[in-house]
Amino acid sequence: MTTTNLAAMHTGAATPAARPDTVYFFGTCLVDMLYPEAGLAGMDLLRHAGVRVVFPEGQSCCGQPARNSGYFEEAREVARAQLDAFPGDIPIVVPSGSCAGMMKTHYPHLFEGDPDQPRAIAFAARVHELTAFLVNVLGVKLEDKGEPVTVTWHPSCHSMREMGVVEEPKALLRQLANVTLVENKRERECCGFGGTFAVRQTAVSTAMVSDKLASVRETGAGTLLSGDCGCLMNIGGHAEKVGDGTRCRHIAEFLMERCHAQ
Amino acid sequence: MSARANILGHLKAAPARPGPDLPPWTPPTYADKLARFRQMAEANHAEIHDVTAETWPERLATLLNNRGVGRLMVAPGTPRGDTLLRAAAQGVALPTLVPYDRAVEDLKDTLVHQVDAGLTGTRGAIAETGTLILWPTAEEPRLLSLLPPLHIAVLEEDTLHDTLAAVVRDQRWAAGMPTNALLISGPSKTSDIEQTLAYGVHGPKELIILLIKKGE
Amino acid sequence: MLSEKGAPDGENHGPRFAERAPDALNNPQLRRNFRRAMDGLMAKRAAQFPDPAYWAELRERGAAVKARALAKLPELLERLEAKLTANGVQVHWAETTEEANAIVLGILQRAGARTVIKGKSMVSEEMHLNAHLERHGIEAVESDLGEYIIQLAGETPSHIVMPCIHKNKDEISDLFAEKIPGLERTGDVDELTAAARRVLRERFANADAGISGVNFAVAETGTLVLIENEGNGRLSTTLPPLHIAVTGIEKVVEFLDDIPPLLALLPRSATGQPITTYVNMISGPRKVGEKDGPTAVHLVLLDAGRSRVYQDVELADTLRCIRCAACMNHCPVYTRVGGHTYNAIYPGPIGKILTPQLQGLDAAGDQPHASTLCNACAEVCPVKIPIPDLLVRLRREAVRPTETPATHLPVVKDGGAERSWNEALVWAGWRLVYTRPLLYRMVTRALAWGGNWVPAGAPLMRDWTKARAKPRFKPRTLHDLARERGYLNEVPK
Repeated sequence: MTTTNLAAMHTGAATPAARPDTVYFFGTCLVDMLYPEAGLAGMDLLRHAGVRVVFPEGQSCCGQPARNSGYFEEAREVARAQLDAFPGDIPIVVPSGSCAGMMKTHYPHLFEGDPDQPRAIAFAARVHELTAFLVNVLGVKLEDKGEPVTVTWHPSCHSMREMGVVEEPKALLRQLANVTLVENKRERECCGFGGTFAVRQTAVSTAMVSDKLASVRETGAGTLLSGDCGCLMNIGGHAEKVGDGTRCRHIAEFLMERCHAQ
Repeated sequence: MSARANILGHLKAAPARPGPDLPPWTPPTYADKLARFRQMAEANHAEIHDVTAETWPERLATLLNNRGVGRLMVAPGTPRGDTLLRAAAQGVALPTLVPYDRAVEDLKDTLVHQVDAGLTGTRGAIAETGTLILWPTAEEPRLLSLLPPLHIAVLEEDTLHDTLAAVVRDQRWAAGMPTNALLISGPSKTSDIEQTLAYGVHGPKELIILLIKKGE
Repeated sequence: MLSEKGAPDGENHGPRFAERAPDALNNPQLRRNFRRAMDGLMAKRAAQFPDPAYWAELRERGAAVKARALAKLPELLERLEAKLTANGVQVHWAETTEEANAIVLGILQRAGARTVIKGKSMVSEEMHLNAHLERHGIEAVESDLGEYIIQLAGETPSHIVMPCIHKNKDEISDLFAEKIPGLERTGDVDELTAAARRVLRERFANADAGISGVNFAVAETGTLVLIENEGNGRLSTTLPPLHIAVTGIEKVVEFLDDIPPLLALLPRSATGQPITTYVNMISGPRKVGEKDGPTAVHLVLLDAGRSRVYQDVELADTLRCIRCAACMNHCPVYTRVGGHTYNAIYPGPIGKILTPQLQGLDAAGDQPHASTLCNACAEVCPVKIPIPDLLVRLRREAVRPTETPATHLPVVKDGGAERSWNEALVWAGWRLVYTRPLLYRMVTRALAWGGNWVPAGAPLMRDWTKARAKPRFKPRTLHDLARERGYLNEVPK
């Protein structure tokens, strides 16, 4: 597949889909071990929206870490395990723009010349980022039950530029009556995570995350929300290290807490 | 083997790849080309004066006298140059006219140091970007629009085009390009020092467009 | 079949990117200079493309024009040569930068030229042409204001469009006061510019030859298209009696009609201008009866590794580049470290894919890793070069080169240069765990139980915790929570 064809698929947000009654949930490896409550909140949001959620236990990782390190064969085998774990022809919802981007935009190329390429292409077409799915496919209406709070948004690079998800998470937050969303003037700039970049290029990564946190602080919001746990681990980890009180949370967890708290 | 043979050999030995068909592209069109041209040319820091075909030399004389221009270089044998030379002969109070009438080698010091302004015609202009089109000729040399600190260009409204794409296509430029074809959009400028705009770094510091309106 | 001759020797050995970066990062003045400049350039570019639909249409066209030209590259080069020759331009071919330098020197020596005035040309930077000419007694003076400034300072460009963008006005004021005889120190940009004009006017008037680059070479008409704002490019190619243009073989396009979309993209993407002050289209030397223009025009077509880049259909997308620098203007890494950290002719995202291909992975195999793959470059590239995908492809070539027949060169010079058994072992283990669900769950449970005891000084964790707290493993994984919450493991039949 040529890159031109791949580029034509970079329009994830606009994928029209009829409202399904059952969806798969791909939790991502980072969420699985470090942010399970964010994953659970994502599944609960889908359940509250009236769809049945299936969490295949055979799932592990989208394969992005190996692919981005140049280890395509390893990435492909791990990706193949995901093709096996999600066999049904139903949407796959992912609480991460980055992992969704890997599966949607890179699987077809990753399986080039492999007998499983048709399966990878079909799989890619079923992948949705969580907030885009909630807004565009399910059309969720949220009711805010929380106290007034001011938050700011951090879009991950891959959610914006691979999945085309820009307005959806903000649209969800704007549904919440007591939530004030303030814009970070530098929200489109990368936080400096970049997977292995954070440890290979420590100095540059540190400069980037430090600037990112400064721009978050400038908004005056005490809470930073994002749809990607890689960014949250980076920005939140830096905030904690430097003693900054900004709370960094996954949007799914925040939405669940405000709308469906028990 | 020669470098040429090696390079072409490597390229020809490479795997074939399909060349894509060109996807459609619709360059903009403007209902009011003149308004667009004016807006963009002024944004490019050009100064536009509306003139008539009959009286532009007098208008130019006033403009240049107000600026204290002492020596204006013109191109004899061109319609614009000859008009000015005639006007001067008839007593219009133009600056001293210096003809660009020999090869640059014999005129270098004059060109580089001793003229304040240069006057050229134009082949037309482009509304989209406020751009003048010049095709220098044997009579109207290339440096006339470049070395003097002030460039004056005479433009007829009739010769406005929407875009470069339109003019290249409509006038079939590909059928025969001149030695040098020029698009000029404002005076010479730079922003190499702290992104601060400064004019006249190498070419003209000012560009005056004398615009001859349609039907006038 | 192929020889190594096409690629110049690596010149990028020395400290790696990660080791060079702290110097720039710890220079607050440099950080401010770049941040300010890049913020301005990004805003100006955005203002030029207000309509996303038109931008998409235009860049599809621009990308296709370049892709189509590359698909016919050898044929178009032959047509360009034939047309230019018919127009009276002498065409030369150089496989290496050394050959190109020798060609330029030969032309100058035959013409008896002693001084050369130069328009801005990145290919001439690639050749280190000025130094070569100086060694042979020919003085080459840069005339683009930015290039002139860094030539005075004895530096190299830090940006391919704005070469002295790393310097602020104060630094330039000091430099001019020191280097330009008779000039009082001034902080006024107009005065600084006027001083450069005065000095360079004389250089132009007395130069024996002008050297320039080329933005686009049109095969159909034998036309060299040069764009610029200052007029120095026009002067360099008009006033001296001899003009030598140097360009990479990838700059050829098929038709004159291909130029308008590329011109609509290049200055808008580069500096946020609808068009540059001058678009200079040269189709030959001075004709009989014409009063100015050089009496001889030469074009040097340089390969220097490009024909090798061309061998791989995916990597060859690199050659679509029109050198607008939008990728570096929008790069969060470039913005922080500036161009010199890359220690290469072409910095920023395009440099990170071009340098390793031209110089090899021994010299520059670390460069593709100096990216978060944030895709900001791909988003703004006017010819749709998939830079992040090519960065990843080069990371791959650096650890596991694409297999090629014994008669062929590796796809990229020094393939496998970044390979390490440790890393390969880590990924082999990773693959083992992440493809076996039971093993995966055992490992994640083990981490849930003991992962937080990993000391902050452990490999990788040590680098992570330099600026960040340790990540916290949770006692129960999402797998555990999903099951407890009653989520199904498979779609019911």
